[in-house]
Amino acid sequence: MKILVAVKQVAALDEDFEISSDGRDVDPDFLIRDLNEWDDFSLEEAVKIKEASGEPVEVVAASVGPEEVDESLRKCLAKGADRALRIWDDAVRGSDPIAIARILAAVVKREKPDLLFAGVQSSDQAFASTGIATAGLLGWPHAAVVANLRYTPGAKTAVFRRELEGGLLHEVEIDVPAVLTIQAGINTPRYASLRSIKQAAAKPIEVLGLADLQLGSDAVGEAGSLSHVRRMYIPEKGRAQLIEGSPAEQALKLAAIIREFKGEAA
Amino acid sequence: MSGILVIAEQRRGELRPVSLELVGAAQSLRRDGEQVAVAVFAQDPARFVPDLSVAGVDAIVTVKVPQPEFDPDTFVAAVGALIEARHPDVVLVAHSVDSFGYAAALAAARGYGFATDVFKVERIDGELVATRGGYGQKVSVELDFPGRSTVLLALRGNMYKPPDGAATPEVTAFETPATASRATGKEFVELSAADDVDMTAAEFILTVGRGIGEEAKIPQFRELADAVGATLGCSRPIADAGWLPKSRQVGQSGKTASACKLYIAMGVSGAIQHLAGMKHVNTIVAVNSDAEASIFTVATYGIVGDVFEIAEELRRHF
Repeated sequence: MKILVAVKQVAALDEDFEISSDGRDVDPDFLIRDLNEWDDFSLEEAVKIKEASGEPVEVVAASVGPEEVDESLRKCLAKGADRALRIWDDAVRGSDPIAIARILAAVVKREKPDLLFAGVQSSDQAFASTGIATAGLLGWPHAAVVANLRYTPGAKTAVFRRELEGGLLHEVEIDVPAVLTIQAGINTPRYASLRSIKQAAAKPIEVLGLADLQLGSDAVGEAGSLSHVRRMYIPEKGRAQLIEGSPAEQALKLAAIIREFKGEAA
Repeated sequence: MSGILVIAEQRRGELRPVSLELVGAAQSLRRDGEQVAVAVFAQDPARFVPDLSVAGVDAIVTVKVPQPEFDPDTFVAAVGALIEARHPDVVLVAHSVDSFGYAAALAAARGYGFATDVFKVERIDGELVATRGGYGQKVSVELDFPGRSTVLLALRGNMYKPPDGAATPEVTAFETPATASRATGKEFVELSAADDVDMTAAEFILTVGRGIGEEAKIPQFRELADAVGATLGCSRPIADAGWLPKSRQVGQSGKTASACKLYIAMGVSGAIQHLAGMKHVNTIVAVNSDAEASIFTVATYGIVGDVFEIAEELRRHF
């Protein structure tokens, strides 16, 4: 039994970030990279299934990106992934989530996992599309925003609850193999121990190119994408009226707002 | 054929309000002579016809599906078949948990132009342009879809107004090919209240977010909320970490704080789902040490400062 966990190294923006000269992305000098928050939960869910299982379960973390992505993959290894795969080619630059899904679908064909986990969305671009697009390309059963997953390795189905809007859950049973996008909060991701971090540093990360996956360069990058970035810009700042002054003055104004709401005289 | 196809969303026999917002978006996008059709997928789709007969809708397509509630395989097949039959230029769906479950699969399999969480859609020099946020909503990104004859867009809720007024659209039924679904929907479960709070009824909510730093600070804010007469709520990361029960989470995936009129967000940076779930509130006061926090884009009043200092100072007044 094998679980493939697709992870993404996301980028947060440095305070004084600038748009790059072509006007279509942020200048990479201002990006602060880390493992996507949702992926921490999906990796943990896979490792939990492995640990609870009577039969051997292999957890493989896979990520599309250049060498710097190894840092996030090592985090996955330290937290319990057995193997890590990184897929890259310069032609992948400019890929939208669908082009990334084409790569992941090819990785699934090569690795033949029983389950593919992905985070519901990424904290940077938040398309909430990559995992489910991969399922669409593979023709696999799929479900999004999965909480309360119950799956025993070897079973033909998995049972979970979709976390809907407004505090509602919907219980669903799905055939396996399947693609599930995992919701934050489904578990409590572990911290990696110093020992496991050291061990992870020594583990190899398998690097695959497009040829290894039988993909042409037109399947990825802008050519393989379903959208094209026309322009990126910094939107006008919010419309909140700022309450200035010392903390005491700010709190006084806030107290007045509360009193006014409650219909009390200040 | 051409035109705009709107995919309405229903759950447990109720039309979700975002369905009519999609019609509003379609109206703003339609060109002269272009048809707006709304499709509804249900076991008994005809029951939604009256609710969908609003201004700006030229046609309603009812599609009978075997499962009573959203099912990924059914939607990939049925929405796909409808698009192939009608060849719309633009398909609008809600950016919702249901669409997360099929839209990307459908677009990827059929090669439709595709974008999600779109908050603005327009035509610029005849080209369809969709705008969404990027890098945690710190930037806006304009996308276009060169060479795609059909573009599927998932629109963020609360961005377009539902149309005013009624209409008498032409109603047709669309037969879908039978598909064996590989998933079975079972029962719905309401998020159980771990404590007896009812966020949906609260008029005044004080929420804590990640900015409070550690679980040990919760009692201090609970006490502050009690003192000012507010119901204590929290953002998603706080509930995920188990610092407060899930029943106190507000925002799109938490309880709908529908009665809320005054909302004080302390240390909440404002993930998009949180903002979308609180946008209806009359007065939002955001307290955050990060002047760039997204919450300031929806707040009425903003206080840039240390949440603990402000909390302590505020406590003195009650």
